[in-house]
Amino acid sequence: MNAPAIAPALTAQDFKSDYKPVWCPGCGDYTVLASITRALAALQLRPEKVAVVSGIGCSSRIPAYTTCYGFHGVHGRALAAATGLKVARPDLTVLVAGGDGDGYSIGGNHFLHACRRNIDLTDIVMDNHVYGMTKGQPSPTTEPDWKSKLSPAGTGLREFHPLVIALAAGANFIARAFSGDPSGTAAVIGEAIRHPGFSFVEVLSPCVTFRPEQRAWKEAVHPASVAATDDPARAARRLMTDDGFNTGVLYKGTRPAYSAAAGKTTLHPADLEKDFAL
Amino acid sequence: MLKQIEGSRAVAEAVALSRPEVVCAYPISPQTHIVEALGEAVKSGALAPCEFINVESEFAAMSVAIGASAAGARAYTATASQGLLFMTEALFNASGLGLPIVMTVANRALGAPINIWNDHSDAMSQRDCGWIQLFAENNQEALDLHLQAFRLAEELSLPVMVCMDGFILTHAYERVDVPAQEQVDAYLPRFAPRQVLDPAEPVSIGAMVGPEAFMEVRYLAHAKQVQALELIPGWADEFRRAFGREAGGLMHTYRAEDAETIVVALGSVIGTIKDTVDELRAQGVGIGVVAITCFRPWPLAAVRAALVNARRVIVIEKTLAVGIGGIVSNNVRAALPGSGAAVYTVIAGLGGRAITKASLAKAFADAIAGRLEATTFLDLDRQVVERVLAREREVRRSGPIAEAVLKEIGPVAARPG
Ligand SMILES: Cc1ncc(C[n+]2csc(CCOP(=O)(O)OP(=O)(O)O)c2C)c(N)n1
Ligand code: SF4
Repeated sequence: MNAPAIAPALTAQDFKSDYKPVWCPGCGDYTVLASITRALAALQLRPEKVAVVSGIGCSSRIPAYTTCYGFHGVHGRALAAATGLKVARPDLTVLVAGGDGDGYSIGGNHFLHACRRNIDLTDIVMDNHVYGMTKGQPSPTTEPDWKSKLSPAGTGLREFHPLVIALAAGANFIARAFSGDPSGTAAVIGEAIRHPGFSFVEVLSPCVTFRPEQRAWKEAVHPASVAATDDPARAARRLMTDDGFNTGVLYKGTRPAYSAAAGKTTLHPADLEKDFAL
Repeated sequence: MLKQIEGSRAVAEAVALSRPEVVCAYPISPQTHIVEALGEAVKSGALAPCEFINVESEFAAMSVAIGASAAGARAYTATASQGLLFMTEALFNASGLGLPIVMTVANRALGAPINIWNDHSDAMSQRDCGWIQLFAENNQEALDLHLQAFRLAEELSLPVMVCMDGFILTHAYERVDVPAQEQVDAYLPRFAPRQVLDPAEPVSIGAMVGPEAFMEVRYLAHAKQVQALELIPGWADEFRRAFGREAGGLMHTYRAEDAETIVVALGSVIGTIKDTVDELRAQGVGIGVVAITCFRPWPLAAVRAALVNARRVIVIEKTLAVGIGGIVSNNVRAALPGSGAAVYTVIAGLGGRAITKASLAKAFADAIAGRLEATTFLDLDRQVVERVLAREREVRRSGPIAEAVLKEIGPVAARPG
């Protein structure tokens, strides 16, 4: 199990597992997967140094499609499970990946507290403004007038603004990406991983099956016109007034990351093997 | 009116005919079609006045239903599997507060490992939460039990869970007789809640109760369920008179009168069991069926009366109480002290595994020959289990169990559902 002394540089392909994704053809999540693997390769990480944690949903299938450690929690609990994992193994890079349903509705409370706790995690929410896996119900980011079987007249409810919520709750890094731009998404995810503390990346990732109109997102997105700020007040103004299609890193805070007691002792596979007397 | 419709739609129609005033829902397979159909009924005006609320989780769904019911509204929700588990705290709350909420549970397995297919683990995990639990055998009964559920819930001021097998019933198209609104209105009176928000008598619901009264409050919850045992058969009779068909009741028997061997089960598998029993009867085997409709409260006396003359009882259960085996069978045993009948637990169909007539017939024959183990897992692949266990003995870090089993079985089954 010991890694070779000089490991050859890995490519994105090395982070992809043999499982063929079961997503619908054209689903935005394919390129999010590609962007994550690209970012990990660019950071010269190794699969065994990365854990990908998710809940339940189409997007939450991502861990199995990577060669990293993968963990599926129950629906909505990915951030809590990742918190436990990160404090037990601070040496790992921990990514949380899932959908807007998993992340903002059933798991919404954990989102607030993960931002507040500011543990060094990267939370990638593939936002398609719909519950894809359960076949097309409105989520907290769904437009109030979007009609579905469950809400034939639309929910009539104002949608959440996850980036503003993340800022208010204390996230240390806030970015928006678009799955149709894999290089941009990979760059943002890479920067999010490098930034200390809780990094939140909202990826607009169309659900072509239940929200085919989201194919038009590629015309709507545009890169942020100014660089990321580290001033929460400025960030708040920018986020409150943005059109939802502004991509790039929008806020890079300076709050020190949560440091876990377990962080003082880094576990290595060799230590584990000793513990298990193999 | 006879309609060829999906089980979920049949239930949605029954619920809409029952005129709930608040419906709340969070999607989860295989329940979602029910609440989607209700969403459409509210939009089209077929169900009015009714407030339909899209909530953010099942915990919220049950909590919204609790608030609505406490304020005197007829409240309904539906869920399955993980959703039911996530509601647990609120389920105990609803029954403890005596709120007559009606909920459909589209029975589905519980994770981990995640599995969307049918078994009864979800409902069985909540068997002691204070809700009445009814199990439907087919889609007509699923529809009918919902009409009865509102009656039952509101008369006793207790919540009622109507369980129907996920996919097997929820997604099956069958011909069902959907009653007319006038018929349902005549059968199900307007909700006259035992608790309302009354300015003449303001009350704060859900107060702290200390040791001086807690026992009495809990006893009353039990006493009400016992009362339900007395009332349910009469209500089933009344239902038959009103709608001209049998549905509900505590349980029913099939070819069981002179049977030495009786099979006990709940839900849709009863159909397969009846077919198997017919074939065995044709071969001269004295075998019959006791089909349980009402699992909570547990119809102890009725079950005893139906089984007391049998030599052996085979309980087919789609659930597993890890560490002991059967759940339904232990309830059956409680009904049979001193009868001398052998009670077999047959765990079957977990996570959607098909329960075939051939496997059932073999298990029944084994029981009759005295060869069936007291706790049997129908169609369990012993070789796979043995290989995984052998590996656990050899390797300290043997890894996660589900992944080890999948590895043994090969890539076909390895796709998450
Ligand atoms: C407790 C619980 N409730 C409901 C579900 C059903 N469910 C599975 S995924 C999902 C929502 C998926 O939406 P999202 O997180 O946005 O991911 P997407 O499928 O769109 O990628 C729901 C409601 C569940 N698995 N567990
Ligand atoms: S349903 Fe939507 S989110 Fe799910 S795989 Fe298909 S396109 Fe993607």
